[in-house]
Formats: sequence, C-alpha cells, structure tokens
Amino acid sequence: MSVLGTRGVLTNMTSHAAKYKTSLSWATVAVFLCLPGVAHSQGRGGAAAPAAAQEIAPIDLTGYWVSIVNEDWRWRMVTPAKGDYASVPINAEAKRIADLWDPAKDEAAGEQCRSYGAPAIMRVPGRLHITWQDPNTLKVETDAGEQIRLLHFGKGTPAGGAATWQGDSVATWERGSGGPVMPVAGNAPRYGDLKVITKHIRPGYLRKNGVPYSANTTLTEYWDLNKERNGEQWIEVTTLVDDPTYLQVEWATSLHFKKEPDGSKWDPAPCSARW
Amino acid sequence: MKKIELGRAGTAVLLLTAALVSVPASAEMDLAGNWNVREYQDWQERGAGPEVVDYLGLPLNAEGRAKALAYTASVLSMPERQCLYYTPFYRLLGPIGFVMWADFDMTGKVVAWNVGAGGDVGGLKIWMDGRPHPSPNAPHVFNGFTTGVWEGDMLTTYTTHIKAGYLRRNGAPISDQAILTQHFMRHGNALTLSAHLDDPIYLTEPDVLSRTWILGSVANIAAPQFAAPCTPSVEVPRLEGAGVVPHILPGKNPFVNELTEMYHIPQEAVMGGAETMYPEYRKKLKAGYVAPEKCVRYCCGWQGGAESGNNAPGLECVTNGGGGNVRPRN
Repeated sequence: MSVLGTRGVLTNMTSHAAKYKTSLSWATVAVFLCLPGVAHSQGRGGAAAPAAAQEIAPIDLTGYWVSIVNEDWRWRMVTPAKGDYASVPINAEAKRIADLWDPAKDEAAGEQCRSYGAPAIMRVPGRLHITWQDPNTLKVETDAGEQIRLLHFGKGTPAGGAATWQGDSVATWERGSGGPVMPVAGNAPRYGDLKVITKHIRPGYLRKNGVPYSANTTLTEYWDLNKERNGEQWIEVTTLVDDPTYLQVEWATSLHFKKEPDGSKWDPAPCSARW
Repeated sequence: MKKIELGRAGTAVLLLTAALVSVPASAEMDLAGNWNVREYQDWQERGAGPEVVDYLGLPLNAEGRAKALAYTASVLSMPERQCLYYTPFYRLLGPIGFVMWADFDMTGKVVAWNVGAGGDVGGLKIWMDGRPHPSPNAPHVFNGFTTGVWEGDMLTTYTTHIKAGYLRRNGAPISDQAILTQHFMRHGNALTLSAHLDDPIYLTEPDVLSRTWILGSVANIAAPQFAAPCTPSVEVPRLEGAGVVPHILPGKNPFVNELTEMYHIPQEAVMGGAETMYPEYRKKLKAGYVAPEKCVRYCCGWQGGAESGNNAPGLECVTNGGGGNVRPRN
C-alpha cells in the first residue's frame, strides 16, 4: 500500500503498519475531536459539524492591503499602447480581438469594468479590504473599480445565474503539499495557504488595452502570508489563468500586497475603460 | 499502582495527541526538481533587457539614482566587473530556470538546500542546520551566505555577505550591505519565489519581486554555455590595463528622456523612487499621460511553456526592439 509522506515522497506501508490502520484511524478521530478548535464544532446530540473556515483559518488575511507595483509597471500603472501585449501568452485569435480594442465602444455599452474581472483585478493597482462576510465567506473588496470578490468555503458555493465579473469562487485552506489544514490547539502557530478556484466569469480583459479572456477561463490562486523581519506583512498571490480560448499556455504570475495599519488610504474609484 | 496497558494503538493515540497539541502544524515541502522559467511578467526586462534608463517602481534613494545614471553597459568589458550582476537576486531578474536538491546527513536530516547555477548566476547553498552567519567583517562573495528555516510549508531564506551588484539589468545598484530575504512557496507544480531586498545604502524601502516557476522534466536554464557561474574574461582588449572605468558623468546621461519619448512616461516617474510603487502615484500620472498611438517594439512575447525558446509563436507581431524611435547606442 502506498501513502504520500509529508515530504511528498511515496513510501510503502508495510503489512505490519496496515494491520493497525483501522484502530489507528479511530484513535485519530478520537484525538482530533478532543482538540479545542474542533470541540467548538460539535452540534447538539454530538453530531459533528464542519469547523467554520474563519475558525480554522491558518493565516489572517483580513485588513487593508496595498499592491506594490514594481513589476510590469508600464502595463499596470498606465494604459499601454494599443497592440502592446508583451508577457501575455495570447494566441492569434486573442490578438485579432485585442487589435480591435475600442474603449469608446466599451463605454457606450456600459462595459467599463471589462479590465476589472477576476483574472485581472489583482493586477490593477489599488488596495484590498479583506473581511469575513460570514464564517465561511471571505470578502475581498477593491478600491480600484469598486469590485467585490466573495470567496466561498465549504458548501457555501453560490447558485448559478449570469456570469459576473468576479465569477464564482470556491475557497479552501490547504497545506502546500495539497493536504487539508488541521486544527491546532490553543495558541500554537498555524500554517497553510488559501486556494481559490474561480469560474463562471463574465468575459473581459486581462489588460486594460483589450487583451481578452473568455467565458471558459478558470482562475486558480494561492494566497500566502509572509511575515518579514522588519515587521511587515505581505500577501503573495500566485495566479494561474487557464483560458483555452485565448491563451496558448496557462498564464502563471505572482503579485504582492503589503499590509497597511488602517483604511486611511482607501480610495474608491469606479471602473474606467481608458485609465 | 495499577499498571496501564496502552497497546500499540493506544501508544499511537498518545503520540498523535502530543504531536497535534505541542508541535506547530508545519511540514517541510519537497522542493527538489527542475523549475522552468515562465516569463509571463516583465518579459522584456528578463529577456532582452530593460530600457537603458528605466527605474520605474524601484525605491531608489538619491544616491542609488545617481549611481544608476552613471552606469554604462561598457563596464561589462572589464573582467573585474563582468560578474557583478550575479547575486542571488539575479534569479528573479533574468531568464533562467533552476534545479533544486537537498543535502542530507547520515540520519536523513536535511543539512542544506541547493539552488543550481544557471544563466551565469552561481549555485546557492541554503544552510538548514542552524549554523550562524559569518562575522560582519568576513569577505563578501557573489552568492553571499544563506541560511534557511521552514515556516510551515514555506522555506524562508536569509542572505548576507553579497557583493555589490545590480537590482535591475540596467545598472540600478545593490550595495554589499544589502540583505536578501526569500520565500519559496510551492503549490503543486508551481513554485513562487518572493524576494525582499533591503539595502540601507541605495534604497528607501525594500525592493520586492516575485516570480513563478513550473516543475518540468528539465530546467530550461538557458544555453549550456551560460549554465555555470559567471567566469570573467577579456573580451574587449582596449580596456585591459588601460585604467579606464567606463561611466557617464553626472547630468550627461543621453538616455534619460528615452522612456518619455517612446512611452510617454513622465521623466519624474522614470527616475523611480518609492512613491512610484504605490497606486496613488497614478493620480500624478493621469493628468498628463496620453498612451502612445500604437505599439512599435516588444509588442508580443513571452518565454516558457510548450514553446519555450520562442517568442510569441504563431503571432504576426513585433517581438523585438526594432521599430521604435531609439537613438543610436554606443
């Protein structure tokens, strides 16, 4: 029998070990349920309810965060020239469409938010305000474009309907190894990251100058929290944009946000098709 | 006193309890493998190179800016300066993948992680055995001295004792007092490296870069001749022994207006500074900025993935620096 070790190395479980698998599993459950973080999750009559995402959060992403723009500056801080698609692995059809970019048309159609959809919004210079909307929904607001992302944990996935700029996001806390986040006792340190998969996104632009993404896009994100020696906290977001319609390969990038003490620099601004 | 028989399952319960209650929920990740470069951001800068004077988004102080403006690529003709680009920070600046592997002791404990050489940057040894950093008076070397610690699934490393070098491939400087903190974050087949460079001499705030590499069967570490640490050699004999250090005198840099002419970026922004990293700086830009009518250079391109080695396969597009209104360069 093979199991995945903590270092990601496949090892063989001996028959000796397998012999104790059943009893160990029950023992594991017993211990798990005795942990403080899990005990709170017990319902009446002993029926176990899954722990709320907020309760078991391994990292605290709440607060105000500012994007630090020192990568792709010319393509993010200003609107690049028409036809400037550097770094984005587009295909010929995407280029054909982008070459037709006309912001006046977007404005006339009420589509000013095309470059603020989920696959693009984290690259837009601005600030994030992250809060818990409820114990299983993390809310990410942006001042640039005044967008709201709702990251739903567990069964809190939204119903269908028309695709939206921010799509439907399913969130999980995970270990880098892919395993689930385990509750830990008391004030013991917690580790892990946030994985978010977003689909059902209204088609829009990856870049302000009309580089398109399609309705077939799947956005996968990993949110990590770094604590620096100087006391600063940073969110690092690894983003993987998979769009079989307009991209030749999965577009892998990363972005960073620095924590701010408060919302004094929060500066909401509506979507703009030109700036 | 009655003896309690635990049995193997009972022992396992106790051990598991102890582990869950007293030990942080951390686990080392396996970072070993070939990590392929993905130039899907800053493609021009990492491949062909940035424009000659482009300090956009760099938190330079006045001294750092002055030193950057004095730079000319001709200094690379001098053997003693040819390798100055290749501090560990270069992995985020250049077009290179890398191989990672661990060194174990005889008990199976990881003593060090290694990041292989590539693209002229030397291999990085990350000591995991708790050894101290050298004395502040110890010699500095290109790769510096690096220790690492696991923070949950994240490997955080700390590098001191580097040589003075560059933080952008156009001469923006790093001093030998700079300290580099890096976070290695693996998610499946993606490895994101976040680097925080803190330099009290030339920067007012840390310069932070992050890039993502993808696990592959081989690490595309550029051409084989560049897959080893930089080795200086005399390439331009006229400078050998001539006592000349190529430079540009203060106020004489002929390229300071280039970005403004080509991309309509105000010169104040081109000169960098921490202010240019923050979103509110866009308010300063908005009033006077008009986008160029069309793209004329480096309009399409990336590197990495199935078509590694090609720029913008299948596209009819300008993928190089031709077509722009660029002055002749020395």
